[in-house]
Amino acid sequence: MKVSYYILILILFLSCSKDDSNTAPAQYVPTPLALETPALFEQKILPPLIPFDNSQTVEGVALGKKLFFDTILSADNTQSCASCHAPENAFTDVSQFSDGIDGVFGNRNSMPIFNAAFNYDEKFFWDGRSFGLESQALQPVENPIEMHNTWEQAVADLQEHSEYPNLFELAFGTANISSELVTKAIAQFERTLISGNSKFDKYLLGTATLTPQELNGFNVFMDETKGDCFHCHGSDNNPLWTDNIFHNNGLDAVFADLGLGEITGDPADNGKFKSPSLRNLAFTAPYMHDGRFSTLDEVINHYSEGLQNSPTIDPLMKKVAEGGVHITAQEKADLKAFLLSLSDYEFINNPDFQN
Amino acid sequence: MRKLIAIILISIMVLSSCVEEDVPGLQNTSVSLNFKHDWDGANVSSTNFNTIQYFNENNDELSIEKLRYLISDVTFQKSNGQTIVIEGYNLVDVTNDENLTYVLPIQIPIGTYSNVSFTFGFDNDDNTDGAYMDLNSSSWNVPGMLGGGYHFMQLEGKFINNVATEQGYQYHTIRAVDNADPMNLVFQDTFFTVNLGEVIVHNNSSVDIKMNIAEWFKGPHQWNLNDFNSMLMPNFDAQVKMYDNGQNVFSLGNVN
Repeated sequence: MKVSYYILILILFLSCSKDDSNTAPAQYVPTPLALETPALFEQKILPPLIPFDNSQTVEGVALGKKLFFDTILSADNTQSCASCHAPENAFTDVSQFSDGIDGVFGNRNSMPIFNAAFNYDEKFFWDGRSFGLESQALQPVENPIEMHNTWEQAVADLQEHSEYPNLFELAFGTANISSELVTKAIAQFERTLISGNSKFDKYLLGTATLTPQELNGFNVFMDETKGDCFHCHGSDNNPLWTDNIFHNNGLDAVFADLGLGEITGDPADNGKFKSPSLRNLAFTAPYMHDGRFSTLDEVINHYSEGLQNSPTIDPLMKKVAEGGVHITAQEKADLKAFLLSLSDYEFINNPDFQN
Repeated sequence: MRKLIAIILISIMVLSSCVEEDVPGLQNTSVSLNFKHDWDGANVSSTNFNTIQYFNENNDELSIEKLRYLISDVTFQKSNGQTIVIEGYNLVDVTNDENLTYVLPIQIPIGTYSNVSFTFGFDNDDNTDGAYMDLNSSSWNVPGMLGGGYHFMQLEGKFINNVATEQGYQYHTIRAVDNADPMNLVFQDTFFTVNLGEVIVHNNSSVDIKMNIAEWFKGPHQWNLNDFNSMLMPNFDAQVKMYDNGQNVFSLGNVN
């Protein structure tokens, strides 16, 4: 039942297609670009999702990268995607809440961007309100507390630009720019943001050694009677370190922000937010959907003794009446050491991801 | 999308599956297994979740918030002993209404089968740690410190505890393990074969498989959620009791 064997068979079948190059008319085709999937991902989890109508290309990714770092998408040309999603912070920022071009702050912490192609349910944002990366990329441009632009204006600016029409021609075979093509290009770039080379990844691949403290911390993480983090945050067999599902993790007894419930309208979803990946925590503080915790210590303390009960708290939150499972100070320190071993310095320094 | 990928992968796997003995000369047909759920006869679906409304045998009032479970190796047996074993698995996810119908990836001969069975969970040959990409992607794994492999079932919700407060429970079934000595784990098998009895397979047959969720709490061990609600994975005795209670959970429903 080794899946890799069957994938190989599938590839062999697919490779037997008939060559009909003599009959097809000549047509411009941008250069296909395969995603560089880490070895551990290939071994453990399903392949990345690439929409059938937005395949990865060299030209599309290059365009998406340029757009991602360009302030042209904002109404006053002061903000780019990278303003709140900086490479050095694993594509989030250091603020609890990010301010838009008008200096207005939102109420959610900027989400890091990596391994988005492996979000199999394709629900994006803390509350899952967008289905698909392309759809997600539509929103910040027109959000009044973010880029506060209109797509009509943004597209017009791009169309008038000295370089962009040609870049769209190269990426999509048309110089006629649209919001659809802009978001497709940005999504292509975002799908290349794959993080899979942390110290712990190397440990699993046999090329690095963990300290005893990090190993102890992993055990705390995996122990259902202690951290029990693995039910929501992946494991050595799920290197995404998230389930990409929505949970109420006991932050509040009363909700100021309904999260998923605001989107679905189902009271049972109130207070639920997407589990973030635990990769790259060294770069992504502050933590939680509202950035309420400045440090990892605060996060661990929350799960250990700070849980707040509410009607929708996840059953996986244990000993809520006691505030949590009360792991020891040593276990906390060990857990923190392990969590930091999931940080991928190569990812944040990857020149392909820099402006 | 995760379901689609899983279906593709599983389909590819099962195209090469082990058919122990084919039955020549008979017309083959596709067969669908439909997983139905009830609480002592009252239908249960995801629309009934998240509300405390069920009473178990111990009179604990409870809700269901999550239910997913794994079945594998569906087997059709003729009265003459011929068997068709369909290697593969299906992760039934009631919470998200996914995989409630399992279309068997190979066709089988039309006819009367003296017994149709499946494995609840994985047997030890199939319960290979980290071997299944779709299950890994669904965070269905069991920690290595408990022997690795995969969950068999995750049933979660809230109950009213003996101080009249809502409390979470996690009724997770895995292979029972005594981890008192982490260097010498002691296992006891808790997967089991569910025998559905005789099934007559017609053209494009549809077979309903019923799970009475209440049975998990009923017998032979009357389940007191105040005693067993959390951290049951490393609880050897709890796992064995869940195995015992699981024996009467499934039954055959309508066959069309």
